[in-house]
Amino acid sequence: MRVIRGETMKSLGSIRRSFAPWADPTSVPFIVFRNVTKRFGDFVAVDDLSLNIYPREFFALLGASGCGKSTLLRMLAGFEQPTSGEIILDGQSLAGIPPYRRPVNMMFQSYALFPHMTVEKNIAFGLKQDGMPKADIAARVEQMLKLVKLDKFAKRKPHQLSGGQRQRVALARSLAKRPKVLLLDEPLGALDKKLREETQFELMDLQQQLGLTFVVVTHDQEEAMTMADRIAVMAHGKVVQVATPAEIYEAPNSRFVADFIGDVNIFDGTVSSADNGRVQIETEAGFAVRVVSAEQPAPGAKAGFAVRPEKIRVSRDQPAGVPLNAAQGEIWDIGYLGDMTVFHVKLKSGKVVKASSLNAVRAVEDPIGYDQEVWISFDENAGVVLKD
Amino acid sequence: MTKLGSALFNRLVIIIPYAWLTIFFLAPFFIVLRISLSETAIAMPPYLPAFNFADGISGIGEKIGQFSFANYVFLAGDALYMNAYISSLKIAVISTVVCLLIAYPVAYGMAKAPSTIRPTLLMLVILPFWTSFLIRVYAWIAILKPEGLLNQLLMTLGLIDEPLIILNTNWAIYIGIVYSYLPFMVLPIYSSLEKMDLSLTEAAQDLGCTPIRAFWRITFPLSMPGVIAGCMLVFIPAVGEFVIPDLLGGSETLMIGKTLWNEFNANRDWPVSAAVATILLLILVVPIMFFQHAQAKADGEGR
Repeated sequence: MRVIRGETMKSLGSIRRSFAPWADPTSVPFIVFRNVTKRFGDFVAVDDLSLNIYPREFFALLGASGCGKSTLLRMLAGFEQPTSGEIILDGQSLAGIPPYRRPVNMMFQSYALFPHMTVEKNIAFGLKQDGMPKADIAARVEQMLKLVKLDKFAKRKPHQLSGGQRQRVALARSLAKRPKVLLLDEPLGALDKKLREETQFELMDLQQQLGLTFVVVTHDQEEAMTMADRIAVMAHGKVVQVATPAEIYEAPNSRFVADFIGDVNIFDGTVSSADNGRVQIETEAGFAVRVVSAEQPAPGAKAGFAVRPEKIRVSRDQPAGVPLNAAQGEIWDIGYLGDMTVFHVKLKSGKVVKASSLNAVRAVEDPIGYDQEVWISFDENAGVVLKD
Repeated sequence: MTKLGSALFNRLVIIIPYAWLTIFFLAPFFIVLRISLSETAIAMPPYLPAFNFADGISGIGEKIGQFSFANYVFLAGDALYMNAYISSLKIAVISTVVCLLIAYPVAYGMAKAPSTIRPTLLMLVILPFWTSFLIRVYAWIAILKPEGLLNQLLMTLGLIDEPLIILNTNWAIYIGIVYSYLPFMVLPIYSSLEKMDLSLTEAAQDLGCTPIRAFWRITFPLSMPGVIAGCMLVFIPAVGEFVIPDLLGGSETLMIGKTLWNEFNANRDWPVSAAVATILLLILVVPIMFFQHAQAKADGEGR
């Protein structure tokens, strides 16, 4: 049981591991962005942003290109200086500390492997700069090569490796110095889908194994959801929501987040009553929604109800509870995806609703077909109320 | 059919550069080599043996028997030629180094400049080519002569009391060569720096290099192909340079290009000048071939 906005709710979604320092008021953040602003000329890349990242956290900065996520990462690495505000790492302000003195390492989107050096020398590069004894360097390089399973490729040059192997070299090189924080800029962007999925889990294992703090920048929501402990959804240089993947998905705090992450149906309308933790909305789609909500807008206010497609049931029979949380329509489109089927249901009001259902059995006796009259319905805790 | 056609086309495409090299490099080289093995004669052309197709194959064979290495022995015996070669190589090496020292920062600055002004900067480097090379070298006479622009400027500023003697010294040759060949050094270095991934130096800094160290460990090694190309483009023509030492240099300057010109035109000794040219070619080509061989071997390593 956890506490969200003062109300006791069942835990949202699945919890990957019992790790939630952000929920513990006594834990000390490892990285702190305090009112950080970054301007490039007239363009505000990062706008008065504050954020805490905790030790051993796998933290994802998620957003469309130009939202400021990469700038934030580059400020942490030291390649950009904040126009105003402060970045603190492990209790120390990073102001004025150049990249080569920061205890963070970065894995670049392009990997930035040194083309004139072998894999071995690439990995040893950072250690040499620190003046580590030769024998120790050799031992560490070997250890890193084993870690990323590239022992056989030590003497190769980057251009003799595949994309996936290069990605591993970049990872090994950035981990070799045992940084306090590893920054990853679109780490899997250049890999094909299958390899990307495999590598996601490898990265997670590696992070657990090494006990490091990872900050990853990505535009791929699936990647962020899979890997991260918490996600910061960014837009226009601001953080819109910081939460666990499950909270982001099941309890988005705004239309932007609801729409950005996954598929969603939003029913707009006017609040008719709000009491006992429930809100009733008369929707423009021609039916009333009465749902559990922590958000309690005043009656008469405009609000939207966001519900994910998989939480909407499609049936030919009239569901119980009509006229609340149910509406009649006809099948407009059917998308068969194998593991599930997506229905587009056109309501009487003309609104098209997306609903998906899992294909748990191989054959259905009388499947729902095109142009059929159906009912859509959902439970009172299927979605969230979004204030305008 | 199309496969066969494209295979044929591929062969043709490969033949073109080979044909070019054969006609415009190898054939002239063998002509020069032949002359260098002949003897001077008061004849037209001024050397013997002269080939004549009327002699037939046996006649040509007999004439090849008359070839001698006398000209090469003569070159080896006369210190003048050896000194001219050494002096040319020295001037070319120093000029190349000076060009590199000037061109690298220029190219680096150009590559780091905002992409909007890069084409303009590139244009400025190429701009001198729009004027004849000869005219630009003549212009240096007007600048460097005792009553020239440079001396006037320095005397007006009160930096010197009497004119500096630059023209007709080795200084003038260095100035002329460095000025003339600088763009050939700037352009290849610029092109190798410009295409370099900026995140490489960032990665080096991220891994603990100061910006200066990152330059020497990453940027400079990666720009080596440009540096080597630039050095060759400056060094090779500078060794055989004739116009600049002739116009700007003095009597004490010994350069092989000028020696060759004298042998050919003033002395009308074609065989000796051909021998001078052949030796010059060997001096330039053999080290470059060794270098490229070593380079190819280094690239092949680790495969």
